[in-house]
Amino acid sequence: MKQRRVRPRLLMVSLLFLLPAFLFYAVFVLWPIIQTMWYSLYDWNGIDVATWVGLGNYVQIFTDSNLYGSILHSFFLIIFFSIMPIIVGLIVAVLIKDIKLKSVSSFVQVCLFLPRVIPGAAAGVAWTWMLADHGAINQILRSLGLGQFTHVWLGEQSVALGAVGIIGFWLQLGFCIVLLLSGIGGIDASLYEAASLDGAGWWRQLFAITLPGLRGQIGVCLTLTIVSALASFDIVYMSTQGGPGTSTMVPGVQVYRLAFTQQSVGLASALAVTLMVLVLLVVGPLQSLVNKKED
Amino acid sequence: MQQSRTTRYIGYGVLFLTIAFTILPFLSMLSAALQPQGSTPEGIDFSGQLHWENFIAAWNVANITPLLRSSVILVIGVVPAVIIFSALAGYAFASLRIPFASVFYLLFLVGLTIPFETLVTPLYYEISAMGILNTRLALILPMIGLNMPFAVMWMRSSFEQMPRDLIEAAEIDGAGHFRTFMHVELPLALPALSSLGILTFLATWNQFLLAVVLINDPDKRTMAGALQAFVGQYQTDVVLLNAGALLIMAPTLVLFIFLQRYFIRAMLAGSVKG
Repeated sequence: MKQRRVRPRLLMVSLLFLLPAFLFYAVFVLWPIIQTMWYSLYDWNGIDVATWVGLGNYVQIFTDSNLYGSILHSFFLIIFFSIMPIIVGLIVAVLIKDIKLKSVSSFVQVCLFLPRVIPGAAAGVAWTWMLADHGAINQILRSLGLGQFTHVWLGEQSVALGAVGIIGFWLQLGFCIVLLLSGIGGIDASLYEAASLDGAGWWRQLFAITLPGLRGQIGVCLTLTIVSALASFDIVYMSTQGGPGTSTMVPGVQVYRLAFTQQSVGLASALAVTLMVLVLLVVGPLQSLVNKKED
Repeated sequence: MQQSRTTRYIGYGVLFLTIAFTILPFLSMLSAALQPQGSTPEGIDFSGQLHWENFIAAWNVANITPLLRSSVILVIGVVPAVIIFSALAGYAFASLRIPFASVFYLLFLVGLTIPFETLVTPLYYEISAMGILNTRLALILPMIGLNMPFAVMWMRSSFEQMPRDLIEAAEIDGAGHFRTFMHVELPLALPALSSLGILTFLATWNQFLLAVVLINDPDKRTMAGALQAFVGQYQTDVVLLNAGALLIMAPTLVLFIFLQRYFIRAMLAGSVKG
């Protein structure tokens, strides 16, 4: 009898604790998601009456090369935002793990984290200048005698997307290094000792101990960097706005343009939903990699 | 473990190159910002006379004073609300009995990876219908909601890791849910709360897309959002542009350098749990 009287009260209290968080979340995240899906089925300029077009907007996304092209660009950026920082990060982390960093470590960590702390938009400004005709990259190339490789990096169709990729690489690299280093620090040192005694060389140790030990960290790096590639906005908007032509157009900037300068709210929403689904499809399977570590 | 001397030297070399690569863009901005106003700078060059006074000009041109004020107001509007709401909800998930808890949990989980681009269009019309477009509330209210999934997950897991017996002891002593929460669990969660505060601060201060879409007046935006208007205006003036952009970055940089230990701890833990 007593228990029955307590439980409804406990449920009420629990709901009260949950309420403010859920309310804000529902109003500003869940409801807009439903709205985007709804908008995506209409042709709407944001002002007049909307016309139902069913899946027409989605058909347009997968047939209009400008639209699916932006999605392909964002997948191409994964090479720069995700794969390169993780591979380079692994190499750097393995090479510097035994340096006794006591004296320099906080300086190193601060430097490596800087790109993550500043606004992405500011990184876009910094790199626009780095990659400009008179910028530091071309200056360095010339001083190395590689003058024939100079470009107006963000202004030439053939190299612009790669140049945007370099900005992403810069943004992600330091963070990946620190995260992977912290993972290496957590690997039991006796494993390496045992392996050395068994005569396992440097490479064997890397593949047999270090990489498996870093599963979780690599999973986290992959998840975060892939999302930042697929959903990139700040740096692309600030450095190229998707140009020249559409050579660096990504879904994020395209959604913004469609919705707020071209008044195609329906099409923008369909692209936004597509982006969300792609992110979920890519990130979902990676979670098993992350979670195994925690068990 | 023994390590050969060569590997160690390679290690130092690689470390040096990485750090140089990371710092390069900042040096290049600083170099451009110190050239004579109206000139066209060339790459990185600190050899000529350095015009530190450019920063004063940029401070005024980029409206740094109102921007700082605006960003601080936004942070004050967002961070405490996120902390309080997520602590309450995280506690409910970890220690109380929410009906259909797994459904609510799943709903929050979905929100973790939703790109902001997916929400920005409907948010614009929603905020506009609320009649708060172009006010700071247009950014504060959605930012609270958008931070919820991560914040709730974060607080839930930190409450779950707390010693059970302590809570049970408090309950046996006759403390109600609210008192246990306020006097036992919340003080224990202080490190988690402060990390969450730092992460929410960064997310708010650096918010770009929503600031640009929901607030027309650059002076009411975040520092990051204001960059968009500033760049639009001074695109061709490389010197002033870089000086202004450096000033806009400066507050986070200074705060980061002073609180580096807490920032790094928060960002590492935040990425693993998020």
